[in-house]
Amino acid sequence: MDLIACLTVFVLAIFVGFEIITKIPPTLHTPLMSGSNAISGITLVGAILAAGADHGNLACVFGMIAVILATINVIGGFLVTNRMLEMFRRKK
Amino acid sequence: MISLAYLCSAVLFIIGLKGLTHPRTAVRGNLLGALGMLLAVVVTLVDQNVMGYWLIGIGLVIGTAIGCTLAIKIEMTAMPQLVALFNGFGGAASVFVAGVELNTRASSEIGLDAMVVSALIASLIGAVTFWGSLVAFAKLQEVKSFKKPFEYPGRQPLNILLAIAMIAILIYGMLSPQDVWDFWVLILVASILGVTLVNPIGGADMPVVIALLNSYSGLAAAATGFVLSNSVLIIAGSLVGASGIILTQIMCKAMNRSLFHVLFGVMEASPESASADDVYAGKVKSTSAEEVAMLYDTAKRAVIVPGYGMAVAQAQHAVCELAQLLESRGIEVEFAIHPVAGRMPGHMNVLLAEAEVEYDKLKEMDEVNPTFAQTDVTLVIGANDVVNPVSRTDPNSPIAGMPILNVDKSKTVVVIKRSLSPGFAGIPNPLFAADNTLMFFADGKKAVLDLVAALKAMS
Repeated sequence: MDLIACLTVFVLAIFVGFEIITKIPPTLHTPLMSGSNAISGITLVGAILAAGADHGNLACVFGMIAVILATINVIGGFLVTNRMLEMFRRKK
Repeated sequence: MISLAYLCSAVLFIIGLKGLTHPRTAVRGNLLGALGMLLAVVVTLVDQNVMGYWLIGIGLVIGTAIGCTLAIKIEMTAMPQLVALFNGFGGAASVFVAGVELNTRASSEIGLDAMVVSALIASLIGAVTFWGSLVAFAKLQEVKSFKKPFEYPGRQPLNILLAIAMIAILIYGMLSPQDVWDFWVLILVASILGVTLVNPIGGADMPVVIALLNSYSGLAAAATGFVLSNSVLIIAGSLVGASGIILTQIMCKAMNRSLFHVLFGVMEASPESASADDVYAGKVKSTSAEEVAMLYDTAKRAVIVPGYGMAVAQAQHAVCELAQLLESRGIEVEFAIHPVAGRMPGHMNVLLAEAEVEYDKLKEMDEVNPTFAQTDVTLVIGANDVVNPVSRTDPNSPIAGMPILNVDKSKTVVVIKRSLSPGFAGIPNPLFAADNTLMFFADGKKAVLDLVAALKAMS
């Protein structure tokens, strides 16, 4: 993807984000914070690409650290969000 | 082929977030989001350009172990700190990924200068996010040295200097993409800025800061997406970035303070405002569980206002028991939730949901405010600034103009608090001295349990 394509995707995604998020009720704002935090762990994809590419030792170490941190973000984020949402489900 | 899978991932994220628009679809939404993440990760692992599976595998296992342990063992009251911590880790990951790309400066699909600038931006935002989140974690966890905002002269000029330095490095990176040292200097400067930016901010403003840092970590991920020309990174990062900014805006509006003021302003009590003695002397009436139980005896409508104090006292289960008991006596019970009550948006809602309070009893401020005039007894547990009438009457107060819950309009107000100590705004609360207010000085949980016992003893 060239720069313009990247920018296009970026702008469109921001608009989509705004449209969805503004419709989320305040009651669910904490799971939203937690859930969107988990999604920001998408950096894991970048970390895997960085760790896996053949760029030399420093890159490998950096990449592995990035993988660990991003994985904590993802796994922890989705688990905490699920815990929170389960509490909302029990009643209904 | 991989790009197609990434697209499916992005779609799953979008549908997943959409699921959060209602508690009914929320759990499913989260699962879809997790599925999207799984798809993106698996597809990336299978990509034949990836080598060194051992290293990645070990990293995944370690990360999963740590993430699981933290997520499962945490108390719900410490959840804001945990979200802040995870957020910081995500930001740090972006820094390392950008670092790898900047170390090699191979040519890129989006052009070398654009790649370098994107990577520098990703490192900048990632570093600020990581250190800022660590400071936020320390403040929420109430680590001793961070409790009071750290004041020192030249705070604003220092921040401005650091910001200028960062922008200068960015421009330099764009003009001479071949030099490698700019990355290291940049993360040093950005890290310092992360600390100096968040450190002066007080505990009550932390929800805004966390929402903002949440947004930053998303933007860092998006920037990394530019660096790697990866669509799912850009899309997911933008969704998170938008989410964080919207939440930040909502909260600033709820506190009637601009974001600028939250980040760079200082909470000072104005010299003309009343001191605690003036406000409280001789006008505070203390009460007991039995007396409050008698008030409920003739009540038809009751409202409960939870605050951070309820979270600290872990009183949410006792509160639920009280609400159920009152309802069984034919009293209409509702909960009034102020947008910035607690340490995170929706914090009170989560705690009460954990205590199995039905979520349609939780009313937002605008919905419940007009009903206080018809409310017989309002019980305030651990909330202070959000029910302080001073915000309506004193334009010089630190909370001036902040929309509050108008509990003073109800017939009787009972405030459960351990003492007359101020909330995070550091100012006295005339509500406590009002004629129709009774102060129930006790620990939140004990007070509610005593109240439940007194109510049962009466019938």
